[in-house]
Amino acid sequence: MSLLAAIPGFPSNQTSLNPAGPAAAHIEHTFALIFWITATVYFITLAVLMYFVWSRRWTLALAPIPQPTSDASDRLATRAVAAAVAVTVLLLFVMLISSFVTSHRLGKMNDQQALTINVYGHQWWWEIQYPNEAEPYRMVTTANEIHVPIGTPIRIHGTSRDVIHSFWAPNIQGKRDLLPGYNTDVLMQVDKAGRWRGQCAEYCGMQHAHMSFYIVAEPQQDFDNWMSAQMQPSVVPGNIQAMHGQQVFLSHACVLCHTIRGTTAGSHVGPDLTHLASRSTIAAGMLPNTVGNLGGWILNAQALKPGSRMPPNQISGPDLQDLLAYLETLK
Amino acid sequence: MKFSRLTFAILVLLLQAGCKREQRVLDPGSAGTQIADGTALNEVHAGGSLPAPDISQYEGSAYAVSEGKRLYSAYNCVGCHAQGGGAIGPALMDSTWLYGSQPQQIFSDIVQGRPNGMPSFGGKIPDYQVWELVAYVRSMSGQLPSDVAPSRSDQMPVAKAEQARQKEHPSDENQQPIQKAKP
Amino acid sequence: MTSTSLLETRALSEAEQKQAAQLEYIWREPTGFIGWFKAVHHTTIGMRYVVTAFCFFLIAGLLAGAMRIQLAFPESHFLSADKYNQFFTMHGSTMMFLFAVPMMFEALSVYLVPLMVGTRNIAFPRLNAYSYYLYVFGGIMFFVAFFCNTGADNGWFSYVPLAGPDFAPGKRADFWAQLITFTEISGLCVAVEVLVTVFKLRAPGMSLNRIPLFVWGQAIVAFMVIFSLPAIMLSSTMLLLDRTGGTQFFNPAVGGDVLLYQHLFWWFGHPEVYLIFLPGTAVVSTIVATFSRRHAFGYLVLVLSLVSTGFLAFGLWVHHMFATGIPQIAESYFTAASMMIAIPSGAQIFCWIATLATGRVVLKTPMWWVLGFFFVFIMGGMTGIFVASVPVDLQVHDTYFVVAHFHYVLIGGAVFPLFGALTYWFPKVTGRMLSEKLGQISFWLFFIGFNVTFFPMHLVGLRGMPRRVYTYPANMGWTLLNQIESIGYIFLFLSVLLFMGNVYRSLRRGALAGPNPWLAGTLEWATSSPPPKYNFLHLPTVNGREALWDAAPNQPVVAGLDEDCRSVLTTRTLDAEPEGKDEFPGPSIWPFLAAVATSIAFVASVFTPWGITFGTIPIAITMIGWFWPVKQAADRRREREIWSK
Repeated sequence: MSLLAAIPGFPSNQTSLNPAGPAAAHIEHTFALIFWITATVYFITLAVLMYFVWSRRWTLALAPIPQPTSDASDRLATRAVAAAVAVTVLLLFVMLISSFVTSHRLGKMNDQQALTINVYGHQWWWEIQYPNEAEPYRMVTTANEIHVPIGTPIRIHGTSRDVIHSFWAPNIQGKRDLLPGYNTDVLMQVDKAGRWRGQCAEYCGMQHAHMSFYIVAEPQQDFDNWMSAQMQPSVVPGNIQAMHGQQVFLSHACVLCHTIRGTTAGSHVGPDLTHLASRSTIAAGMLPNTVGNLGGWILNAQALKPGSRMPPNQISGPDLQDLLAYLETLK
Repeated sequence: MKFSRLTFAILVLLLQAGCKREQRVLDPGSAGTQIADGTALNEVHAGGSLPAPDISQYEGSAYAVSEGKRLYSAYNCVGCHAQGGGAIGPALMDSTWLYGSQPQQIFSDIVQGRPNGMPSFGGKIPDYQVWELVAYVRSMSGQLPSDVAPSRSDQMPVAKAEQARQKEHPSDENQQPIQKAKP
Repeated sequence: MTSTSLLETRALSEAEQKQAAQLEYIWREPTGFIGWFKAVHHTTIGMRYVVTAFCFFLIAGLLAGAMRIQLAFPESHFLSADKYNQFFTMHGSTMMFLFAVPMMFEALSVYLVPLMVGTRNIAFPRLNAYSYYLYVFGGIMFFVAFFCNTGADNGWFSYVPLAGPDFAPGKRADFWAQLITFTEISGLCVAVEVLVTVFKLRAPGMSLNRIPLFVWGQAIVAFMVIFSLPAIMLSSTMLLLDRTGGTQFFNPAVGGDVLLYQHLFWWFGHPEVYLIFLPGTAVVSTIVATFSRRHAFGYLVLVLSLVSTGFLAFGLWVHHMFATGIPQIAESYFTAASMMIAIPSGAQIFCWIATLATGRVVLKTPMWWVLGFFFVFIMGGMTGIFVASVPVDLQVHDTYFVVAHFHYVLIGGAVFPLFGALTYWFPKVTGRMLSEKLGQISFWLFFIGFNVTFFPMHLVGLRGMPRRVYTYPANMGWTLLNQIESIGYIFLFLSVLLFMGNVYRSLRRGALAGPNPWLAGTLEWATSSPPPKYNFLHLPTVNGREALWDAAPNQPVVAGLDEDCRSVLTTRTLDAEPEGKDEFPGPSIWPFLAAVATSIAFVASVFTPWGITFGTIPIAITMIGWFWPVKQAADRRREREIWSK
């Protein structure tokens, strides 16, 4: 789609026209075919229309009514209309077959030794789990950021914990709705390294607009390093400030909703924070994960994302600094 | 002219009713987020005090009551009180109120904690969330009107929807005012 | 050249003047304040439908303006998240349920179909009045709720579980569900009336193959209404019961199914868009024929296209659910069906082009709007192929690409023809011509504004912007495109304003139109402008597809109907041979009262299911009043004749 690449801003990391994986690439082929056929048909049809409108134009006062038509011109018109309908049917078949072929290819994507990732949609964040069949207790739970190795088939196993959401990372794959009461599986594969942005694509309430995630595609080695780091429980705080910060965490409302493995905080209402500092964004892709943003989010999330499930917290200045220092150690 | 005054009055009433129920207070501001750590059993305070919150803002808002229902699960009230029938903790859907059924009393139950296992949430969660929980708890025994109380949940139906429950009559419901002593 | 007595305007003879006075007396509409609520003539009720639906169009358009202001800047705070969600839901629901179908199907068919088939009133006139009042009360209820912060906020299709009892506190979704009940009963009533009018009340000689294309279009839409509307009444009632009655239809925890709601909704939802589009094609067929100065080319093909579109429309609904994970084989079927429906639409377009190519094209304002239809609707049809294909749809579904698609097909396929229809029939309805110059300016403003607003949505959707978002981040590269779209809205706003100004000015100072300023061929142009309440002085007979153009030099008229009551001729369905006389009811207050009683029951049921139980009592009372047996005039006359012997 070099044509669209000419538009400023293309390519980007949230578009179906910059495929980073085989699924999006297959889809883009059908998209391009349909685009060229329909654009051509559109321009030809309208050109024909305007040609006739222009060449046959008259004024009301002059033309007798009704306009007598000759058999010859009617026969010609009949043939032309029949031909046009036949061409339409033919072109529709071509596009139909392309669509079927792409669907078939998507269904036959390689799923050998696929890595399974569970995705749970919540209002308004994504819970990501990497189940570990060999050692179930070494499951990795994180939020809003999915790391995948390049070139490996991934099976996204998804459902929703509340309302209907839709898991969509356009550079990689078409969307799949996450429905409560249903488990769905979709195969995907990323071939290009990078941070690919996805967004919820089914209206799910107040903050649907701020429910994004990132798929970080990296070489196998980097991915393995990341996985082993994620499997570790949280670090023991190394300095006084971080230790006090952990105390602040454990004595405030944080423990009512969040888990930090390696501490006594074990609630599953909100995202797992064990490796919070390893993530590049907070608030479901809404804010870069910086100390300032994190502080603002903790103090008054409602001002940033009104209606979200994170309540405001009253923490004194020094306590907040220590808490942030602790959270920054959760790499 | 009588007609238009009447219409105006009806419109105002309508607006009142809809406005309260559909109110969604997402960011109650710093006053509302004051950590709840005080009791409010009587109005006499040493020194100044924050104005008492308007409970009808919570009990009249369907959104606030539904938030209370969400927090009831999120903060694990279900762990002791189940879905209102009680387990380790007392039932909340009946007419027995150990510490009183008035909103201010339920508020201090949650904030202060109570003997035999009710934890204190004071200093942990914001004021407005406690009031939302209070409103939801009151709905569990049918105290709230049916257009405000929550309807059936999308979980296993273990109890009737709060809006369909019979209104229980706690013993402290119709308190008689104390007579002034005669001279 | 054939001319006919129907086309000429000649002075009435004395006998004809007496007849006109008698008909005037028999068919008069009641006057006064109470009389307004008793009206039953189709032109009266049709006008009310047009004006009311246009008002809803304006309100929904203003809501869209607020949305465009909010989206003009990233992370804007013009509308809060909650307000924006209400605004887009109200915009969609109002446009779809309170404007598109009521205007394109109900308003246009109620006003025009009886005139076009050559009869005096629509079948079941009191039901017609009832359906209008129910429609208007439903709309009022919906907007009163909106002004009380109870506007629906779950999207115009209000999916569960988001709109269900657990995630939508308050009464917002209940008012949405009840709006459906009001508007769908109204639609069903009009569908029945249209079908009976078209099948039993046609002018003699108007056999099935001579029915005007406009009437064919509306009749097929009426069939589609009857088969599709019950599904959404069912799903909205199930939603209401889940929310107020504790039922478990959509509760996944106990075996309920959220997809059930989607299937039921879209079984209605897909035909719904054809309910909006087919009347648009009906209007286009009419205007193209008139302004090409010839019969529409390919009458049989056009009719068969309408019929096949009507059938095929019921086989496409799952294409709204491609992302839900339905098995591939099933989805492929719906891709094929969705592409196949382009064939009859394409056939219609080619027939219209052939009509223009072999006729003499007159470029007046209605024709400009039809040209705009071609440009805009065909583009929408092309993007429809994209969304028909499962894999491509999985990338563009629920993004601004699909928002662009459906605005191109809906505005192109319905609003452009609608403005054409309003401009075309304005002389008939009001007796005055609209200003041609103002009409052209408002057309160009609308055409340019529409494309500036909606074309960039294709691009921003392909750039990854999902729909129903109240704002977006600044660094996504969507800002410029959104700002262009918001500027386009200004043109649309000005265009509609200019159109209304044109209407206002022409009503008072427009050139007087005769009975047939466009020298058109269908029967509504055979009577004065505006038509009298008896429609035609002499009920016409028909000799061809364009009644006025094909009329014989001495085309006979109908005689022998009773002169002392509202007598109407019934004809046979296939060949329109005269069959009998029927007496139609006169003005009555009962439809209004029944609509009030029904509305009370429905609004009460939003708050408690007992509303329906107790609400049936006033409904029963008003229905008894309505159907209280009254001796027909013919029976009374016969009794008089018997007793006077």
